[in-house]
Amino acid sequence: MNSEILGVLVTLVLMIVLSYPLGKYISKVFKGEKVWTDFLYPVEKFIYKISGINPNKEMDWKENMKALLKLNVFFFIWAFVIFLIQNKIPFWNPAGIGSMEPSLAFNTAVSFISNTNIQHYSGETGLSYFSQLLVVGYMQFVSAATGIAALALIFKGLSQRKAKGLGNFYSLWLRSNTRILLPLAIVVAVILLLNGTPDTFKGPQTIKTVQGDTVTVALGPAAPVVAIKQIGTNGGGFFGPNSAHPFENPNYITNIVECWGILAITMALVFAFGFYLNKKRLGIMIFAVMAIVYLSFTALAVKFEVDGNPLIKEMGIEQTTGSMEGKEVRFGPAASAFWASSTTVTSNGSSNSNHDSQTPLAGGIYIMNMMINSIFGGVGVGFINFFMFLIIAVFIAGLMVGRTPEFLGKKIEAKEVKIAALIILLHPFLILVSTAISAYIASHNPNIGWLTNPSYHGFSEMLYEFTSASANNGSEFTGLNANVPFWNIMDGVIMLIGRFLPIIGPVAIAGSLAEKKYIPESEGTLRLDSYAFGIVLLAVIIVISALSFFPALAVGPIAEHFSIL
Amino acid sequence: MKRKRNIKLFEPSLVKQAIVQSFIKLNPSYMIKNPVMFTVEIGTAIMVAVTIIGVNKPTNGGTGFVYNLTITILLFLTILFANFAEAIAEERGKAQAESLRKTREETPAKKLQEDGSIEIVSSSSLRKGDKYIAEAGDLIPADGEIIDGLASIDESAITGESAPVIREAGTDKSGVVGGTKVLSDKITVEVSADPGETFLDKMIALVEGANRQKTPNEIALSILLAGFTLVFLLVVVTLEPFGKYAGTSISIAFLISLFVCLIPTTIGGLLSAIGIAGMDRALRANVIAKSGKAVETAGDIDVVLLDKTGTITIGNRKATNFFPVNGYSNEEFIRGTVLSSLADHTPEGKSIIELAEKILPSIFPVNVENAEFINFSAETRMSGVNLQDGTEIRKGAWDSIRKWTSNGDHVADEINSRVLEIAGSGGTPLAVGINKKAIGVVQLEDIIKPGIQERFKRLHKMGVKTVMVTGDNPVTAKFIAMQAGVDDFIAEAKPVDKMNYIIREQKEGKLVAMMGDGTNDAPALAQADVGVAMNSGTQAAKEAANMVDLDNDPTKLLEVIEIGKQLLITRGNVTTFSIVNDVAKYFAIVPALFMVTIPGLNALNIMKLTNPESAILSAVIFNALIILALIPIALRGVKYRPIGATGILIRNLWIYGMGGLIIPFIGIKAIDMIVSLFFR
Repeated sequence: MNSEILGVLVTLVLMIVLSYPLGKYISKVFKGEKVWTDFLYPVEKFIYKISGINPNKEMDWKENMKALLKLNVFFFIWAFVIFLIQNKIPFWNPAGIGSMEPSLAFNTAVSFISNTNIQHYSGETGLSYFSQLLVVGYMQFVSAATGIAALALIFKGLSQRKAKGLGNFYSLWLRSNTRILLPLAIVVAVILLLNGTPDTFKGPQTIKTVQGDTVTVALGPAAPVVAIKQIGTNGGGFFGPNSAHPFENPNYITNIVECWGILAITMALVFAFGFYLNKKRLGIMIFAVMAIVYLSFTALAVKFEVDGNPLIKEMGIEQTTGSMEGKEVRFGPAASAFWASSTTVTSNGSSNSNHDSQTPLAGGIYIMNMMINSIFGGVGVGFINFFMFLIIAVFIAGLMVGRTPEFLGKKIEAKEVKIAALIILLHPFLILVSTAISAYIASHNPNIGWLTNPSYHGFSEMLYEFTSASANNGSEFTGLNANVPFWNIMDGVIMLIGRFLPIIGPVAIAGSLAEKKYIPESEGTLRLDSYAFGIVLLAVIIVISALSFFPALAVGPIAEHFSIL
Repeated sequence: MKRKRNIKLFEPSLVKQAIVQSFIKLNPSYMIKNPVMFTVEIGTAIMVAVTIIGVNKPTNGGTGFVYNLTITILLFLTILFANFAEAIAEERGKAQAESLRKTREETPAKKLQEDGSIEIVSSSSLRKGDKYIAEAGDLIPADGEIIDGLASIDESAITGESAPVIREAGTDKSGVVGGTKVLSDKITVEVSADPGETFLDKMIALVEGANRQKTPNEIALSILLAGFTLVFLLVVVTLEPFGKYAGTSISIAFLISLFVCLIPTTIGGLLSAIGIAGMDRALRANVIAKSGKAVETAGDIDVVLLDKTGTITIGNRKATNFFPVNGYSNEEFIRGTVLSSLADHTPEGKSIIELAEKILPSIFPVNVENAEFINFSAETRMSGVNLQDGTEIRKGAWDSIRKWTSNGDHVADEINSRVLEIAGSGGTPLAVGINKKAIGVVQLEDIIKPGIQERFKRLHKMGVKTVMVTGDNPVTAKFIAMQAGVDDFIAEAKPVDKMNYIIREQKEGKLVAMMGDGTNDAPALAQADVGVAMNSGTQAAKEAANMVDLDNDPTKLLEVIEIGKQLLITRGNVTTFSIVNDVAKYFAIVPALFMVTIPGLNALNIMKLTNPESAILSAVIFNALIILALIPIALRGVKYRPIGATGILIRNLWIYGMGGLIIPFIGIKAIDMIVSLFFR
């Protein structure tokens, strides 16, 4: 048991230590300063040239958002069409996989452009290699880059003084792909390859097991897809069981690397904020606030899993290895809970165990992680969500010290508060309303067959699904049979809204702040890098999230927990 | 002695009025301006319907007729309490304003006709632009500006200050106020505003509900509160199907109670009261603000421009020392100085006589029969006297006296060193000569107001930069600036220098406040983010400023800044308190809702409340009472302490954050213990 905890701690230290220099590097990439990846410039220049883009053109927030939406509409059409016709494509489909049903194709296309990667299909049987590489693999790069580039726009906006320009989305997006995602993905892919993850165009292989059964083993170009799945907080696995599958995550070493990959960029972006705006202390303070929530939630989840299931204990069965239901023996409960918590604080959504099988409160913590959705969060978008909480915290704390609230020298006024409040409101709106609709339908149609579990756990399954969709997370309580039009379409719509409004709103705030006059700090200005403000920030995040979701959590995981005690 | 104008917090006559008002304010078309309380009103209306429909029905889901009625009444009280908070704030503001307005009752006015004749009319018939005459013993019938003459006026009705003041046409002190009394002389005044449109009338309108405009921060906060209200609307509406799924039917009374408890009714109910009380505090400090925004902006001020004279130093320079030179005796020198100053009516001149009377009373009375007084002229830059015996005495700056005298160089050296010494210590040297011989130097000094250093320190802690504006030369200015502890100074200041300084600071994003009275201050007053004009000032200055100080007290700016800060702090802290309260309310209500169907959730009933009915009732009662309990804080405001922004935050987090977390746990538990006696 101790070595398991040690494994978790090693991974954590690795994450935090590596994210600092990575943050510095990302800040340089955003600013266009000299970095070692400059040798890629000719490639980028070629892409700018063929797509007719001037990467140096300063655009205001509206132009930038138009660019973002244009690109994403194109991605959606590309993904949707390929999924619908993948069996018509004559190559890269050795297993002869059929095309997708339209509602599933819609759900999957939205899922991948929105960096959610909810999968209502299983990779082995649902996608051709063509789709795996040129849709799923490709989208996992470009959707992640969309989030990172959007954050870069906000950084620029915060550093501006009475100017409209937020930089150039196209250029930031391309460089996020080539300079940030690609190098990291290559490193992870190589490590995976060396540890046995397949990377082949060969079709499924039939083998005889030691027992003498004949088994069909799915193969494919998995290593690159798995690498970017982890690095870009995507989570769309190559195989159905995701990183619980021995080909996606062969051993403890790859488990550490993949787990690091989940948080690598999103942690680094917090430091990048500090470097970019020359507010290193503030960056560190924000990192600390996020880390406090992340570490305490993770520690609790690990504890619940390591302690085991009280019902099994009641039956007089020894649980020295903790709760092992739905877990891989090669990872154990600690590393599984650690992964599950990491994948839900970020909007990654990959998994190395079955979240549905974990203890009620651990499951509740994963749902809560996604409800907050701004503790590190998805690449780029996590910090963008956090930025909304920052605005509200600055506003409240500003009033408390008797000065019109200021964030980095810019006044926070009605317009900013309005957008921030609406964006923060959006997440509970999407989750609660959709869960209420599904709960209503489920309670009136007990035989609808959505839920494999009755009662509170069934509620948690529905709550988890919509929370995951709205948070663009993509992980699932697999007890839910979600591949039906109701869930495909509901999820799809929620993912779309939950993806793009929370990017557009904050970028609009950044655009508005960029144009404002800069007010220098004085003794009366609240220091944002002080402990006191850190506490306000923490309280705002926890209190707003808890108040919005407490009743829902009470009916689901909390009720389940107390019922099995 | 200042007149006390402190109205008791809950003055009985005002409370009565306020109670009436709280019912009038129930009108939905008025309530809708406050979205948080408006939703409570809708909830109450629904509960009225639920109660009426349920009269004859058996108990449904635990809430029978009596219970529904109780909840309905409590919700109604919640709204009334909020309305009462606003009404009492308004009444207090109005009472404050009325006590000022009382001074201007109907008085006869000597209106000046076109042809120069005088007609006696009622003061209320005077219109803007009319002219009237006021003589010793008259009450000033209307606010205006003196266009001819000079008078001493008793303004104690307004300022509470009993010493008469001089108001004179063509000076920076040409403004007169209705209700004050002319003590001597005769003045002609031009009326500056129609009745009902004076600054005071405008301020009363600002306090009264109808015309009150929300300030920028208030709007932003209202939006945030509306956001919270929407979140909780979602929470409550979706809880019904959640409950159904879990096999729990939640009654409407419970749902509405939960909703009202969760939405930020505490701050929602007190928000406008806090704003009005801010204006009221300004008024109590005898400052008339032309808008609520001006008061709020005052809290954000970064730079304050203060005139040296009257603000930092007491009045004018005073003589503090006599230094004879060239072997002249003290007595000879003082006698000469006194003779030269007898005709000098400047404050400096008078102070020389005063000092001489104190040091050497024996030389008085001095004989100045048939003496010829020489007034100060710009050409010679000296003043003095030619006595009957032909003695010529002159007084002036050393460089002008030096030209006039013909002493040897050794005298010049002696005076030079004395002059430098005086100037270097912030004083002003004045040389005196007899018959073209220098006889000594008088030291004039600025007296820094006692306690002013502490006030500047306080401002410094607030992050406000203080700038002294003076006509003195840079050496003297620097010395006084250092002594008083101001951060910067503008020496040899002309009106345009003030303006330029303000614009320069504003370009850097800073907010600037200044106080002024003269017509040539008007552009700078208008340019400043907060401009406070003295009531005695010219009409132009008062028009340009966004506040008028009735006391003509130059240090009033500092008070105004604190009032502005207090306004924001009170809002911020009540908001924090209100939202943090919800934690305890959840722990009271959520287990209560599911106690029967999900017994496990009773583990969350950490307050051990008796039963669902009394738990929810207790939360609703607490929610209503806390509004009442916080009215005094809303009206008085949370005290501002100059301990730096972080210090204030930590302090307020403890009081309003932790307090808001803990108090409802205690309060709800206590109420439950009583309520459970009735609802078993």
